[in-house]
Amino acid sequence: MSDPSEVTLGTAAIEFVPESPSESKAYLSVRDLRVHFPTEDGLVKAVDGISFDVDRGSILGIVGESGSGKSVTSQAILGLLAGYRSRTEITGEIWFNGKNLVTASEPEMRALRGAEIAMIFQDPLSSMHPFYRVGAQISEAYLVHNKVSRREARKVTVEMLDRVGIPNPASRYDDYPHQFSGGMRQRAMIAMALVCGPKLLIADEPTTALDVTVQAQILELIKDLTKEFESAVILITHDLGVVAETCDTVLVMYGGQCVEMGNVDEIFYHPEMPYAWGLLGSMPRMDRTRQARLQPIAGQPPSLIRVPKGCVFNPRCRFVDRVPGDRCRTEHPELVETTKGHGVRCHIPTVERRQIFTNEILPSL
Amino acid sequence: MIRFIIRRLLGAAVVVWIVSVVTFAIFQLAPTLTHQSPVYYYIAKQPPPQGSAQFKELEHAFGFDRPLFQQYWNWLSNIFHPHTISNGTGETTTCHVPCLGYSFKLHTPVSTLIWQALPVSLSLAVGASILWLFGGLLVGTISGLRPGSLFDRVGMIVTLTAVSVPIFFTGPILLLLFVYTWGWLPNVTYAPLTEDPLQWLKSMILPWIALAGAFAALYARLTRATMMETMSEDYIRTARAKGLPRRTVVVKHGLRASLTPIVTIFAIDLGTLIGAMVITETVFNLKGLGWLSIQAIRTKDLPVILGVTIVAAIALVVANVIADVLYAVVDPRVRLS
Repeated sequence: MSDPSEVTLGTAAIEFVPESPSESKAYLSVRDLRVHFPTEDGLVKAVDGISFDVDRGSILGIVGESGSGKSVTSQAILGLLAGYRSRTEITGEIWFNGKNLVTASEPEMRALRGAEIAMIFQDPLSSMHPFYRVGAQISEAYLVHNKVSRREARKVTVEMLDRVGIPNPASRYDDYPHQFSGGMRQRAMIAMALVCGPKLLIADEPTTALDVTVQAQILELIKDLTKEFESAVILITHDLGVVAETCDTVLVMYGGQCVEMGNVDEIFYHPEMPYAWGLLGSMPRMDRTRQARLQPIAGQPPSLIRVPKGCVFNPRCRFVDRVPGDRCRTEHPELVETTKGHGVRCHIPTVERRQIFTNEILPSL
Repeated sequence: MIRFIIRRLLGAAVVVWIVSVVTFAIFQLAPTLTHQSPVYYYIAKQPPPQGSAQFKELEHAFGFDRPLFQQYWNWLSNIFHPHTISNGTGETTTCHVPCLGYSFKLHTPVSTLIWQALPVSLSLAVGASILWLFGGLLVGTISGLRPGSLFDRVGMIVTLTAVSVPIFFTGPILLLLFVYTWGWLPNVTYAPLTEDPLQWLKSMILPWIALAGAFAALYARLTRATMMETMSEDYIRTARAKGLPRRTVVVKHGLRASLTPIVTIFAIDLGTLIGAMVITETVFNLKGLGWLSIQAIRTKDLPVILGVTIVAAIALVVANVIADVLYAVVDPRVRLS
């Protein structure tokens, strides 16, 4: 590939992968992670070659539509996929604190789960057991990893409930999940995830089930606690507003692949991949006039069994014709670093892409 | 929780009362429908000719000449205070509290008959219930965790077979094999648990298996289905994400949530159980309530039929209250609504 425009940018078209895990100082390093589910209809490639790093004290946002592989990625890290009656095929590397989680045994994973890696789930009502008291469910998580008495666990739990902003934590300890409001339940869920002081926190759409005012509080809480505990955080969401407010780096997923990644300002002010443009165009904004309608991305997310040939996004991309030789439909684009730390998976030459963004996309945003 | 139990008990009392009214009405009215006086069924011998002074005297003694609601009231109040019963031919007896009537055919108070039969039936019902619940839940849980596995397939075929074969077939087959062919167990002769626990166990084991086999299959299948559903719930994923050992996830989080439909079905099944017990007791010659009622029906011993029916109804209602309370214990959401 001797495209002169790329050379002038000083970043030749080399494959964009963060440094190899052994050199990486990141707390969590995921390399070429693939999660495939064999089904009767064919092989579902839910995650197909994802690589990223997360440092302690920083927040990585993973964005994408439903079915883009966000949640599967997080569950792979937690080792929840290799569970009951599953024939999931997981390949690649997940380096966490010097250990490869892909090859780790179930007892090893169990020791990490909840203690070192914890997860906040999407719907706190269905994610908490309806038959057990909220406090008991949290101290259960503490007791499993700490050899302490029940009374001690209760004390820790009440402190944690207080820390996440639940009023009267000592008496709320004995309530059942259905006696909590939605926002309080999510706080309790966060308390459950943080009770052992995990070093990696995965929040899977933590604010989706909540109304907007509570959303802001919960995000603020996650940010504060991340700083306090110095955790590495992966925030999975389809809400770009949430990403803009909270994250340091962003990974845009589409069809099980990373199509663009970079720091949050890069992704929001200089997005380069047509899919990211589409996401920004379909995001409601307060500073826009009412006349400007939201622009949905035409078409449907790809089938993960029959992934489109060439670029995964090509059937929905408006700019396929800008690339000569029909390469979008025949050749799978590599993730290319355009500026430091900003990777894009697109065949359109970088200079042209930037022109398209400035001239055609930006005015309508 | 206490208020919940009290509410349920009050409801149960109303049900028992309604059952007593209906039962009484049926058994008192049934003979009159065939233009026969109920007297015949009470005195256990050929009554004096209808219309004679002697007959009228008897009818009066039993209260059959009074309005039905008054007869019911007499019957009900007689339960709670001792009184004398006579069959008009010299045989007279005092009926002690609780007096459910006197069987002139067996020359025994009905309450005594029931008191003798009740432990046998309770042994059978409780033992079989434990056996089928334990077996059904165990097979169902293992199958539900690995649907499609060899254990699952074999388990489901075996349970389907067990539920398809009637007790009057399995009972004799069990007796034939274990008692008469292999001689591993003595012939079923009931001994009270308090007197000879070993003989009690030996005599009850085959009836338990026969009775439990008819029910366990349903529970295995139900547990399997709910377990499969429960294990894909979000809170199971949460439990695993906490790093809990697999057994805790399955039993404490999965099985606990699967228990609710089991308890519901169990409460309903108690009614079916009484019918099945009649057959089991007859097959194994166990002198329990089922056997007693069959005897009473054969000999047209009305006081006994009435007494057994009322006691069975009370037992069923009490068992349902227990099931309701269990339901609330299992699912805290029931308590508060």
